[in-house]
Amino acid sequence: MKPHIATIQGFLDFLFKEYPFLNESEINLVYEGEITHQITKAFTQITEAKLGSLEEAASVQRKVFHVMVECLQNIDKHGDKIEKDDKLPARGLFIVSKCENSYCVITGNIIDNKKVPGLKETLEIINNTDKDTLKKMYKEQIKNGSLSDKGGAGLGFIDIARKTEEKYNFHFIDIDKNVSFFIIKTTILRK
Amino acid sequence: MNAIRLIGTDDTPGVVLDKEAGKFELSGRSMPEDVVAFFQPILDWIEDYKDSPNSKTVFDFKLTYFNTASSKLLMDILMMLEEMHEDGHEVLAKWHYPSDDEDMEEAGQEYAEIVEIPFEHIAY
Repeated sequence: MKPHIATIQGFLDFLFKEYPFLNESEINLVYEGEITHQITKAFTQITEAKLGSLEEAASVQRKVFHVMVECLQNIDKHGDKIEKDDKLPARGLFIVSKCENSYCVITGNIIDNKKVPGLKETLEIINNTDKDTLKKMYKEQIKNGSLSDKGGAGLGFIDIARKTEEKYNFHFIDIDKNVSFFIIKTTILRK
Repeated sequence: MNAIRLIGTDDTPGVVLDKEAGKFELSGRSMPEDVVAFFQPILDWIEDYKDSPNSKTVFDFKLTYFNTASSKLLMDILMMLEEMHEDGHEVLAKWHYPSDDEDMEEAGQEYAEIVEIPFEHIAY
């Protein structure tokens, strides 16, 4: 059975409590379900079209698009399941919201507890690193890093932090002894 | 050498690798479902080409979007161009970017800082 946090209702309850600003923002998109490459393509293109119709600045449109691609591909490639079954695609939730000064992309997915300390450390390091050092980290990783067997370059979170120049807000919520629920909020300023 | 010509799709770039015509180009959007499967034949082709390249190789990058997984593969391509350059062959990377796209402009500058080959940055 799906834990409450992994349902639309549970996810939104948590988000509205944790991020009260959402009450005053426009929710452009909410999704719960499988996260595959096709889903990623479909929803990034819907968002692109929506932002285009709102006449949002091209640079903001491109950043929102990129953040969604990277975040959804992260879930597609690294998302885990409560009951292990590698044949099934990963599931996840995301919302895209628009405030006066920014867009927020918030995603949620199941993560194996073994991965939690490493991911937490990576995000904390990125959040506490200045722009120039992030650039060095990026260049080091793109030059000397190698692609994982899942085709990840280890660049996604560094790259988003560089392009948005905003800090991540993230939570790991305990589900059971094997898995947690990972929520990450990315902010793209409208400027 | 057999040329590779692929028409771009909504998630894979257009590709031209044609030794006889002297045309080498990646264009459009790159966020393939399986980035390694898509780029491996391209890397293999350039690896073969590198052994007996044309007297001058001009490689056009005309990408409008690429995800971070693709950015790593672009780095691999540029590093092969760098090896050709080190072997004494003339190489030029032309980085085309939309004039209002700072991120794409900066991406080109960073690649140029990492690999030591002549780079031209062209806004359109």
